Amino acid sequence: MEQINKSFKANIRQYGMIIVMVVLVLFFYATTGGKFVKPMNVYNIIMQNGYVLVLAIGMLLPILIGTIDLSVGSVVAVIGSIAGIMMYRWGQPVWLALIVCLLCGLIIGIWQGFWIAIVNLPPFIATLGGMLIFRGITLVLLQGKTLAPLPNSYVQISSGYIPDYISQILGKESKLNITTMVIAAILCFLVLLGELRTRRQKLKYGFQASGIGTILFKVALISAAILLVSWRLALYKGIPFVLVIVGVLAIFYTFILNNTTIGRHIYALGGNARAAELSGIKVRNVRYGIFVNMAFMSAVAGIVFSSRLNSASPLAGQNFEMDAIASCYLGGASASGGIGTIMGALVGGLIMGILNNGMSLMGISSDVQQIVKGLVVIFAVASDILSKTKSSK
Amino acid sequence: MEKILLEMQSIIKDFPGVRALDNVNLQVREGEVHALVGENGAGKSTLMNILSGWYGYGTYEGKIIYDGKECEFHSLSDSEKVGIVIIHQELGLIPYLSIAENMFLGNETARKVGLLKVIDWNECHNKAIEMLNRVGLDENPETLIKDIGVGKQQMVEIAKAMAKNVRLLILDEPTASLNDQDSEHLLELIRGLKEKGVTCIIISHKLNEVEKIADAITIIRDGTTIETLYKGIDEFTQARVIKGMVGREMKDRYPKRVPKIGEVCFEVKNWNVEHPLFEGKKIIENANFNVRKGEIVGFAGLMGSGRTELAMSVFGKAYGKNISGTIIKNGQEIVLGDISDAISKGIMYLTEDRKGSGLNAIDDIRHNITIANLQTISNGRVINQNEEIKVAEEYRDRLAIRSTGIWQTAGTLSGGNQQKVMLSRGLFANPDVLILDEPTRGIDVGSKYEIYSFMNKLVEEGKAVIFISSEMPELLGMCDRIFVLNEGHIIAELTGDEISQENIMEKILTDTRERSEHGTDQ
Repeated sequence: MEQINKSFKANIRQYGMIIVMVVLVLFFYATTGGKFVKPMNVYNIIMQNGYVLVLAIGMLLPILIGTIDLSVGSVVAVIGSIAGIMMYRWGQPVWLALIVCLLCGLIIGIWQGFWIAIVNLPPFIATLGGMLIFRGITLVLLQGKTLAPLPNSYVQISSGYIPDYISQILGKESKLNITTMVIAAILCFLVLLGELRTRRQKLKYGFQASGIGTILFKVALISAAILLVSWRLALYKGIPFVLVIVGVLAIFYTFILNNTTIGRHIYALGGNARAAELSGIKVRNVRYGIFVNMAFMSAVAGIVFSSRLNSASPLAGQNFEMDAIASCYLGGASASGGIGTIMGALVGGLIMGILNNGMSLMGISSDVQQIVKGLVVIFAVASDILSKTKSSK
Repeated sequence: MEKILLEMQSIIKDFPGVRALDNVNLQVREGEVHALVGENGAGKSTLMNILSGWYGYGTYEGKIIYDGKECEFHSLSDSEKVGIVIIHQELGLIPYLSIAENMFLGNETARKVGLLKVIDWNECHNKAIEMLNRVGLDENPETLIKDIGVGKQQMVEIAKAMAKNVRLLILDEPTASLNDQDSEHLLELIRGLKEKGVTCIIISHKLNEVEKIADAITIIRDGTTIETLYKGIDEFTQARVIKGMVGREMKDRYPKRVPKIGEVCFEVKNWNVEHPLFEGKKIIENANFNVRKGEIVGFAGLMGSGRTELAMSVFGKAYGKNISGTIIKNGQEIVLGDISDAISKGIMYLTEDRKGSGLNAIDDIRHNITIANLQTISNGRVINQNEEIKVAEEYRDRLAIRSTGIWQTAGTLSGGNQQKVMLSRGLFANPDVLILDEPTRGIDVGSKYEIYSFMNKLVEEGKAVIFISSEMPELLGMCDRIFVLNEGHIIAELTGDEISQENIMEKILTDTRERSEHGTDQ
């Protein structure tokens, strides 16, 4: 019980943000006359925000050790331009372009990591430099021009979806994408299995575990969310590839942060760097790894974004780093490091995305949207700080 | 002398879930040095935070009567207005500002020019020099804080308080991070303040100092006042105070142990270390020492003698540059490339700086215990979280870490319990040689005793312990052998009857004198 209490307290910010998200959805549902939850719009929200979510997942790691990466937007642009040049100018196949892009991401990460972890440059400065350098390289590569269109199969990365195989096999024309619903059902089942397994192991260790009822309730809530979104998607085209990418990355990084020694090292480093070092954590390697990873994730986002634009643009990715950072802070990450979750970063990113989309549907101009988003970030973090100082006094 | 300057009546302070203070009463006479003692977590600091307005009026129950009037302090500045100044355990000085700038921070001598306040630096410096003279500190007020030692910083803090026309000065553990010499100097200064009409409340764990300096001692235990002892009226001894603090009589301050000493298991030879920033500056020169199985070996020396630096440089080069020398463990030469290497080869070091480089204050007890040895509870790189809980519970039990559970955030524990978390981390790393650097700094008598007992238990299991401490009595009470360090050299190895405070001090003084006479240093 104590554990549940504690984890509830630790996650209260996150739950709070989930509630904010639900309220926003209901608000936009009401103000847009239901347009907001139309299958096509749900699809659009995922499409529009896929790359921000990828970046938010990546950005959480530097934030967890109390730093940020400012070069993200420029890396997105440079990767997009490399993809554009390879496929549009040189006519190389899509698979080769993808491999080269991801490799370039790694190389950029190694460059930045070198300055940060080996030379001990403050990350703010190293990545500020990177921001200018990679924007410059983008302009040089593209010579200020936009390259378009890109091959159709490349564009599919952002706008494609999992085809309805099951309906095809059954030979039935269905308005509802059956494959989507089957995948959703399988997911719900896996969540249930996972929870039961955790419970079984807890009992094996003789710890107090949550009762079957609590678990069923929790699983029911999660399943409801999964099924609701899938149902909306199934009524349109099905599960977009972008969602698959984000989902896989989210699960992978959650696992890394929560269940592995590397994750523990990252949190320890963010909590007290000197203490982490004296506990035998190889601080340099962890820092290096985090910035290589960030650049790699930027490359993934660069691919998704250029595919969505269907072009390589010299202006792509501007301010993306700010969106990613804001998502993490909205999701409860601490600016001084050591606190934050992938789930939180995703919820933060989704709130920003929902605000964008909902306000656009309401016909609010983009300049006002910026103001609103800025205020939301300030209020969210301020309320967090206020609630913390209150409880500590 | 008999006028009551301050009276705190029936103070009650609740924190979520706990009552920190329950009917505390405190009476301080004008012009006296009043000591406040009690175990960690007894509520001394909370009480002082209420007095200084840190916990504002309304967040507690009870009355504060100061100089005959009932007071409502809402912030630190409220209490400073009437001359109450608190100096915290962690110094509030800014390292990159000068002494004078620090002294008048927030209290600047300034002229109003329109909307701005322009600082008059000449005036500032004159006043700073005056204040420094009053505390007897001979330093240029333009010297940066980072360039003077902790002892002098402490004096700057007092000078800063003087500049605010202090009438009641509260000192929270002023000597905790000072060596004997600096402590003595500071106590001298406090005595001097008394003659200038300043009343002092001093919180301290160093009972010998309290006994020497205080006119009255108020003992707090578990959030309530136990008693107040007056010099010349009540029995005024350490034993009496300890009895009040722990609620029982404590016969021995150091638990007994029958030494079962085995063969040498760890040996360091011809060890040289240079300063990490100033290359070529020798911090440790040609040091040789060894530890046997089942033995507690002490490192004695003044602050800056190189004890911590020696220990850390051995611990996987955690300190220093251009390190040379050999390490022999169980008869075999080993090389400790980095800290994780040292830990995996059975050497563990626990820092003297618990808050700065020890605990991850925002994480829970559980994670703090396991962080140095995650591989034992992992499958590959995947942590078995249930196993981790089991381990954490086990250590919480074994070391009696007083907490709401292993999920409690480490930063919210009292000093003694934080130290036990650190000790758990060290033990879970399962070392053969455990180096403890000031493990009892700033913690209460009861917790100290528990930590000593634990050290004894460890060596009884055949492990070796290196014990670094600035408190001579505990070294004498605990160690089988003591190495004395001075200015980066091991100058003596004392065993058996040779171990005495006089002997150690004499060795240090002779060595210092010889070194300055011959100018051999570098």
